[in-house]
Amino acid sequence: MFPELNNLLNITPDRAEQGKLTLLCGAKTDGSFLVHHFLSFYLKANCKVCFVALIQSFSHYNIVGQKLGVSLTAARERGQLVFLEGLKSSVDVFFRAQAEPHPLQFLREADAGNLQPLYEFVREALKPVDDGQAAWRCPVLLVDDLSVLLSLGLGAVAVLDFIHYCRVAVCWERKGNIVALVHDSGDGEDEENDILLNGLSHQSHLILRAEGLATGFCRDVHGQLRILWRTPSQPTAQRDGSLTYQYKIQDKSVSFFAKGMSPAVL
Amino acid sequence: MAAVATCGTGVGSTGSMVAATSKNNVTSFQRKGPRASGTDSGCSRLVSIAGTRPSVRNGQLLVSTGLPALDQLLGGGLAVGTVLLIEEDKYNIYSSLLFKYFLAEGIINGHTLLVASAKEDPADILQELPAPLLDDNYKKDFDEDVCNHQTPDSNIKMKIAWRYQLLPKIESGPVSSSRFGHYYDASKRMPQELIEASKWHGFFFPEKLSSTLNIEPCSLTHGYRKLLQFIQKVIYEEGFDGSNPQKKQKNILRIGIQNLGSTLWGDDICCTENCDNSHSLTKFLYVLRGLLRTSLSACIITMPTHLIQNKAIIARVTNLSDTVVGLESFIGSERETNPLYKDYHGLIHIRQIPRLNNLIYDVSDVKDLAFKLKRKLFTIERLHLPPDLSDTVSRSSKQDLAESSKLLGPGCGMMAGGKQHLDF
Repeated sequence: MFPELNNLLNITPDRAEQGKLTLLCGAKTDGSFLVHHFLSFYLKANCKVCFVALIQSFSHYNIVGQKLGVSLTAARERGQLVFLEGLKSSVDVFFRAQAEPHPLQFLREADAGNLQPLYEFVREALKPVDDGQAAWRCPVLLVDDLSVLLSLGLGAVAVLDFIHYCRVAVCWERKGNIVALVHDSGDGEDEENDILLNGLSHQSHLILRAEGLATGFCRDVHGQLRILWRTPSQPTAQRDGSLTYQYKIQDKSVSFFAKGMSPAVL
Repeated sequence: MAAVATCGTGVGSTGSMVAATSKNNVTSFQRKGPRASGTDSGCSRLVSIAGTRPSVRNGQLLVSTGLPALDQLLGGGLAVGTVLLIEEDKYNIYSSLLFKYFLAEGIINGHTLLVASAKEDPADILQELPAPLLDDNYKKDFDEDVCNHQTPDSNIKMKIAWRYQLLPKIESGPVSSSRFGHYYDASKRMPQELIEASKWHGFFFPEKLSSTLNIEPCSLTHGYRKLLQFIQKVIYEEGFDGSNPQKKQKNILRIGIQNLGSTLWGDDICCTENCDNSHSLTKFLYVLRGLLRTSLSACIITMPTHLIQNKAIIARVTNLSDTVVGLESFIGSERETNPLYKDYHGLIHIRQIPRLNNLIYDVSDVKDLAFKLKRKLFTIERLHLPPDLSDTVSRSSKQDLAESSKLLGPGCGMMAGGKQHLDF
């Protein structure tokens, strides 16, 4: 969790909002630092997290999480974190026929499948457990990242359907949150990805868009973050708030500053 | 870090412990050496495997790519468990050379090799590997190569152009007694006895075409499916994923896949824009990365991305690979006769470097890199555009400078793709 980003978004672990869909977008740059932020934020906020990690292995998130002050292994052991490791499971699904439907069943299918097994997995993971254990605050679904699902043979519509079902189950029924990362390659090359990105942008309450600087590579400013608050249910009610900050990623945190106010320049 | 120096350049458990404690973490920083979660669960000692070393930044286990200059640009080497994707140059001359350097490095270090190709028999590929430059022979050869070249010798202090002393130096000469990263002589062949002493597995696709297989309809092309099964079989049987507990000595598996995505593998992404199974290659890369992450292996893939018609696939492939390096040779292009590039054979673009176990990564400041193949060595250097001296030179070269800066702009790394170049 990056304290500066919490200040910008005006949230603290004690006062986490509920029922929101947050879209993280990395436009031609790596937006994974935002995923690490939200993962550690929600774990510290005592929420039950279901993390669908399709890009990297568990130890990667664990080591970065330790730098940010959370231990994923401890969270998993006490039941706060349900982790689906995409890379490791894909090997199991692909080489060995599974008896019951596996969340990543679509890897074995020839034509464009759907994400129903994955949705069932998420719903099962975030089911409220009422056997006297410590109640977690609200369920959170974190997906890293959705663009990979397009590369694995699914259509944009299938992924949008999956998010829709998850929103009903997590945001509306259980008053939880969803955070999803999507890549944006820009230039309109990847049409499916653009469909997915536009569809999700219209449904989300908060959009964090990490982009590179328009002038190219800089050692002290790694990119620009655009924060957009939206109210999807009332599209024309009020003006959506938007802020732009520049950031620099360091070893254990990310520092944010207003445009042109990088400490290296001042 | 002094402890690391005294225990030599090899990998030692003490080295990684020093690296771990110097990060001054409050919690006990249990660092897993290789990615194989099965082998090192709960163990914080780094196993010493020949030809590997821990990364300075995060203790990640690294292997050499066979080119010390490229190792330096990638932050010390190629991390075990990751994929190095080489975007081929137009005529596949230099990319196949990098491919062979990677395999030759594996033979010198005693790693097991897995060579997959649809074009050449792996046995023939291994016969053509370059010979290593050993300590005693290279010194005099290297000296005559660079007699009229500025050697980055740190003993000589520059008196006039002293600012240039502060420029980052790219590793351009053989380092004596380095067990990590060797130099190879492209004009000589690897000695036969070294090849025969090494352990290797070959996958030649035309040979495997004939064998029948219980085909379950899957959107992967036949060739990719067979290759994945072959790789998984080798990893499992030889115990690279920690499944075989009798293994005494841990070793690295170096996988080399040549011309992935070309039509010879049965894939049609290089032929048409709207292909039938456009997800075949990306699914293959995903499952391959899953295999690599759970085993002690590193993979090099050369891909003819200049032939892929659908640009979206290139973007997806880049996102699914860890390290991506693009080669662009000047052969056949108008740049070959351009006086700006007369010393070099091509440009090398580091398109992506992974952030592994870390929020940040080692990114080199030097973005404009060019390579040249000298008589024996493949060197990568910073591209120096010569100063504009006369009017006529500037008029024709300004056009080229604008072109090259537009080219270098997007090559400015994975942090940002700048479209506007600063004009002052």
